Amino acid sequence: MRNFFRVAFLVVRKDMMVEARSLEVLSTTLFFALTVVLVFAFGLVREGRPVDDVAAAILWIATAFSGTLALGRTFERERQADTLRALLLAPADRPAIYAGKLAGMLLLMGLVELVLVPLVGLLFQAPIFNYPWTLVALLVTGTTGFAAVGTLFAAMLVRARSRDVMLPILLYPITVPVMIAGVRGTAAIFQSTPDEPLARFWVALLVFFDVVFVTLALWTFEPVMTE
Amino acid sequence: MTGDFERLSVTNLSRHYGRRKALSRVSFTCDAGDVVGLLGPNGAGKSTLLSILGTLLAPSEGTVEYGAHTADQGGAGLRARIGMLGHDLFLYPELTAHENLVFFGRMYGLTDAPARAMRALERAGLGERAHDAVSGFSRGMRQRVALERALLHQPRLLLLDEPFTGLDQASTSALVARLREEQARGVLIILATHDLDIVDGLLTRELFLRNGRLLAIAGGEGPLRDRYRAAVAAS
Repeated sequence: MRNFFRVAFLVVRKDMMVEARSLEVLSTTLFFALTVVLVFAFGLVREGRPVDDVAAAILWIATAFSGTLALGRTFERERQADTLRALLLAPADRPAIYAGKLAGMLLLMGLVELVLVPLVGLLFQAPIFNYPWTLVALLVTGTTGFAAVGTLFAAMLVRARSRDVMLPILLYPITVPVMIAGVRGTAAIFQSTPDEPLARFWVALLVFFDVVFVTLALWTFEPVMTE
Repeated sequence: MTGDFERLSVTNLSRHYGRRKALSRVSFTCDAGDVVGLLGPNGAGKSTLLSILGTLLAPSEGTVEYGAHTADQGGAGLRARIGMLGHDLFLYPELTAHENLVFFGRMYGLTDAPARAMRALERAGLGERAHDAVSGFSRGMRQRVALERALLHQPRLLLLDEPFTGLDQASTSALVARLREEQARGVLIILATHDLDIVDGLLTRELFLRNGRLLAIAGGEGPLRDRYRAAVAAS
C-alpha cells in the first residue's frame, strides 16, 4: 500500500512539474472556463439581475467542459512521446499510475474552480459564502466523480485516432448522474430559500458515485490499458 | 520473486486486431547475451511483438515465458527486469534530462536515482547538459538520454524499436558500442530495425517477419542484407 501511494505521488509531482514549466493545461482550461461563464453571463443576466437559479448549472457546465479540455490535453502530453507506455512498463502497481493521474487532474480542476466559483458568485449573484463547507464538499465530490471516469477514458483513448471526439461521447452519458447531483446540490444552497439538508443528501449521493467510479476505474485500469 | 531470467521463450504467439492478424503463431527462444534482430518490412508485426514482450500488450493466443514465468505471473517484479526504448522516446520534453531519469529511476524503486541518473548522463556524454530541458536537445542527444532511461535499472531484457532512426554516424557508432557493452553484461537485446548495414555483425540471430508471420530464424554467415533478401524471396 505504501508503494501504491509512493508511485501515485511520483506521478502527481511529475505532472505538476511539467505543468509548472508549460502552464499549458492550466491556462487553456482556465481561459475556456472563464469564457463559458462570461458568455452565459451575457445571455442570462439582464440589467444586473440573473435569471433565477442558473448559477449552479453554469458552474457545473463550466467545470465539466473545462475538465474535458484538461483531460484531453493532459493525456495528449503523455501521448506525444508515448510516455504513458513508459509509465505502464515501470514495475509499479498500474492502478497507482491511474491514481496519480487522477490526483493531478483533481489539482488542476481544483485550481480552475478556485477562480470559477467567485466569478460565478459575482456575475450571477450566487451566495457562495452561505454554506461554504457544503459547497466545497459538493465541488470536491462532484469533481472527483467526473475526473475518475474522465481519467480512465482519456487513458484508454490515448492511442485512438478519434480520441477528441470519443472522450465527450463516452464521458458525458456516464457522468450525467454526477452532474445532476452537483447541480441540484449546489442549487439547493444557492436558491433564495436555501435547503442545506437537501444539499447534504446530494453530497452523500456524490460520495457513493465516487466510491463506485474510483473502485471500478482502479479495477479496470490495468486490463484496459494492456488490451 | 526477483523477476530475473536467463531465457525468453515465445510459443505460438498471435495478436489479432479484429480480423486483422498483426502476429500469427510466432515461436522462438533466445538467451541472455543474445542480440536478436526483428527484421522485416513495415507492417510485419515487429512493434506488436516488442509491445507484447514488454508486457504492454496481451497476446490473443500463445505464451511468452520469461524464464519460468509468464507476464501475468511475473507482474511488477518481471517488469523491473525489462527496459524498453520505443520509436517515440518516452521522455518528457519539459523536464530536464536529469529530472527525466530521476523520475523513471524512482518509478523503478531506485533509492539512489539522482546519483545513478547523473552517472548515466555522464556516460552518455551529456553531463554538462544534465539540467537542460530535453525539448532543447537534438534527436541524437534525446536518443542517448532515452537509452540511458531504458538502462538505468539494469534490465535483463532490452527492447528497442528502430533505435537508429535519425542518428548521425557518430551517434550510431556510440549506440552500437553501448549495446555491445550491455550484451557483454549478459543483457538479452531484441531490436526492431530497418538499418541492416548498421546491425550487421552486432546481431547474434535474426528473425525475419512479414505480414505477422515468422519467415525464418537465421544467424551467422554472409552479409545480413543477403540473408534478408533470401528470406523474403523464399516466402
